[in-house]
Amino acid sequence: MKRRDVLLAALGLAIAWQITAMIVNRPILPTPFEVFIVFFEELGNGLLIHFGVSLWRVTAGMLLSVLIAAPAGLAIGATKTANRFLSPVIYLLYPIPKVVFVPVVLLFLGIGDTAKITLIFLILFFQIVVLVRDQALGIPPQLLQSLQSLGAGRRALFRFVYLPASLPAILTALRQSIGTAVAVLYISELFATKYGLGYYIYYNGSTLFDYPAMYAGVAAMSLLGLGMYFGVDWLEQKWCKWKFAI
Amino acid sequence: MIEINSLTFAHPHAAPLFENFSLTIFRGETWAILGPSGCGKTTLLYLLAGLRQPTLGEIKIDDEPLSRPRPTSGLILQDYGLLPWATVHENVALGLRVRNFYGADGKHTPENYLPRENVSHWQERLGLAEVAEKFPAQLSGGQRQRTAIARTLVLEPDLLLMDEPFSSLDALTREDLQNLTIGLCAEKNLTLVIVTHSIEEAATLGRKILLLGDAPNRQAKIFENPNAGKSKYKTSQEYHEMCGTLLKEMQHETA
Repeated sequence: MKRRDVLLAALGLAIAWQITAMIVNRPILPTPFEVFIVFFEELGNGLLIHFGVSLWRVTAGMLLSVLIAAPAGLAIGATKTANRFLSPVIYLLYPIPKVVFVPVVLLFLGIGDTAKITLIFLILFFQIVVLVRDQALGIPPQLLQSLQSLGAGRRALFRFVYLPASLPAILTALRQSIGTAVAVLYISELFATKYGLGYYIYYNGSTLFDYPAMYAGVAAMSLLGLGMYFGVDWLEQKWCKWKFAI
Repeated sequence: MIEINSLTFAHPHAAPLFENFSLTIFRGETWAILGPSGCGKTTLLYLLAGLRQPTLGEIKIDDEPLSRPRPTSGLILQDYGLLPWATVHENVALGLRVRNFYGADGKHTPENYLPRENVSHWQERLGLAEVAEKFPAQLSGGQRQRTAIARTLVLEPDLLLMDEPFSSLDALTREDLQNLTIGLCAEKNLTLVIVTHSIEEAATLGRKILLLGDAPNRQAKIFENPNAGKSKYKTSQEYHEMCGTLLKEMQHETA
């Protein structure tokens, strides 16, 4: 994705927004220009802190899920018995919308960041486990055998085949789950916190009725997601050079 | 020396491919294993590589029973043998990196192994220096197989096992790599066992040709082809007669 294309897309969206705002002509939908001004005013006025807190929560949730789900997915994909017993468990749990656990997680983990990070973790965990497992299952047996013939045992197979083979899957899983992660972040920040973009948006929109500030929060959330997409793309170009070689 | 003693092998829930099958291969010989699909030729190669275990009987290499891949056997497959995410250089060095990973434990790595990473000799010898930083997907089929061969030779093997290594290459590249293989085996006194479904390839490379037929294989059917690999052999009457004999035998086997 090129930066110029993203800017053009943003410009196109702003134009559509401007036209809609002019047609609606109500305070609940301010013009993009108005929001743009408020966005920069609000940055110094606490929005930056909310952004930082949200960024921390979502990044921590993602890191935690990669660190736990990627090895789990690898182990399940590389071991027949594990696959046989654990895959059905995953299929039973995966389709449950994890948002329903918000009250449960809050009850057990309290109102701090741990609960919010855990919620993001719960959602990403399954997506990453399944993708990494499929990647490990899809490794051609010939590739494994040729490594074994070079003397590789189980540990070397993990180091030289399974791990590098799963990297693209981890990044794909991350990219696919950024949208969901940000949505869950919003929901988790509606409860028992005074920081985070979710809180900021809800507070400005539903308590203060400060619509331009609310949209500034929405824009910040969109930037948060965009930044994460760019981050994953960057990692992919750094770690998966072979995918871009022509 | 490779001794296959009274080998019986069957895949799980399948009829045996080999039954009480015996064969001896001496150091420095070049063998081609020829046969139709499903006759068990690849399985035999995997058994020799230590990647499969006999159901009954045993395989010994240099008097050692084979229970896992030997550090000094090199296996080269038709495809998929290279890591797609590693450059040519990294692929050539892969065997050494695996050895460095384990250290000289005598199990994965020979006991007298000294850690090293330099592969430039074989990389240059096989004409890969210029593509060293490329990925397998960027190479031609011939370059890919050269990479696989270099990776094996870096480990200084005494036995080369090849599973249809040249069958997806064009005729010129195939001949080029066949000559290279013959030359390297002579130079390093390597034992070569190559599996092929091509009669011409068997007659070109194998001084001894093992013909397998419909499973189960019991008796080793061996053809002596002592001049294989010598220059101009492929244009000789002897070569054409050998191809004719093999074709007739194969038709007879599967009839």
